[in-house]
Amino acid sequence: MPRIVFLALVVLISGVATGDVADVYDFEDRAQEQRYQNLIAELRCPKCQNQNIADSNAPIARDMRDEVYRMMKDGAGNEEIVESLVGRFGEFVRYKPEFDSRTFLLWATPVITVFGGLLAVAVVIIRSRRAGAEGSVLSVEEKARVDRMLADKEQDRTS
Amino acid sequence: MKRFLLFLPLLVAVVIGVVLFAGIGKDPTKLESALIGKPVPEFGLQELRNPDTMLDQSLFRGRVTLLNVWGTWCPACRDEHDDLMWLAEEKGVPIIGLNYKDNREDALVWLDRLGDPYREIIYDPRGTLGFDLGVYGAPETFIIDAGGVVRYRHVGVINETVWEQALQPVINELQGKG
Repeated sequence: MPRIVFLALVVLISGVATGDVADVYDFEDRAQEQRYQNLIAELRCPKCQNQNIADSNAPIARDMRDEVYRMMKDGAGNEEIVESLVGRFGEFVRYKPEFDSRTFLLWATPVITVFGGLLAVAVVIIRSRRAGAEGSVLSVEEKARVDRMLADKEQDRTS
Repeated sequence: MKRFLLFLPLLVAVVIGVVLFAGIGKDPTKLESALIGKPVPEFGLQELRNPDTMLDQSLFRGRVTLLNVWGTWCPACRDEHDDLMWLAEEKGVPIIGLNYKDNREDALVWLDRLGDPYREIIYDPRGTLGFDLGVYGAPETFIIDAGGVVRYRHVGVINETVWEQALQPVINELQGKG
């Protein structure tokens, strides 16, 4: 009996959990739905600036989702849909901005950083190699000193 | 050369510091409109006060106008209303209203109570023109030139300071040209 009460409670409580963004759209197949989800995850909400329109429940994000859905139903391609929203709200709504002169640094920074790091490592290695090669050559005095030290050691052991 | 290398981290820190400092105080929620330099999008919507009158983009031809996006659901629109009245009455600025995602009855009551600064009001209950204009939060105000081309957008409340520092210079320049 207590188990049934417990189960009933679980069922009752679990009903409370619902998503924030609950639009209902019909898709022809799984692939189309996936395409829609990818698109709205890539578009940024102009009102809630750190959310994509899939996440945001701002009215404008809703309108944008509706527009994406409507254009998809009309057979528009991904690029066409994104362009139409960029035309209204600006480059800002792209989470993946186009590669051009303004976004050059944004895209190139990782490459520049990695390249710079490799360069630094290469310089350090080359320098230490060169220093190592030079260091192995002993001057005459040094060689004499080493011989003396080794000879002393030999003496210690035999005595 | 060795000495210079010692100062490299300092140099990098200073450059990054300058770049980051330049960003302080900028309001990231204010975006430049994507429509600047483009004509007002095509539309066909009713006039708020006279449902029989249909308005379209030719409304903006012939003179420099302010296009003010508002709704009764928007508290900040209430804040700027007195300043819009001041602009319309004292400064004689032609203001076109865009009643955005609102309903007619509420909007008419609002205008009755607070005064009506608008020459014409586009009634856009579904927000279609607003969407095409890239409106992401009322109030927003656009400056449209005599050829019907969007020249400037201000996001947020209009007051005397905004008028003097942002809007008036743009309007003066546009009227000087035309």
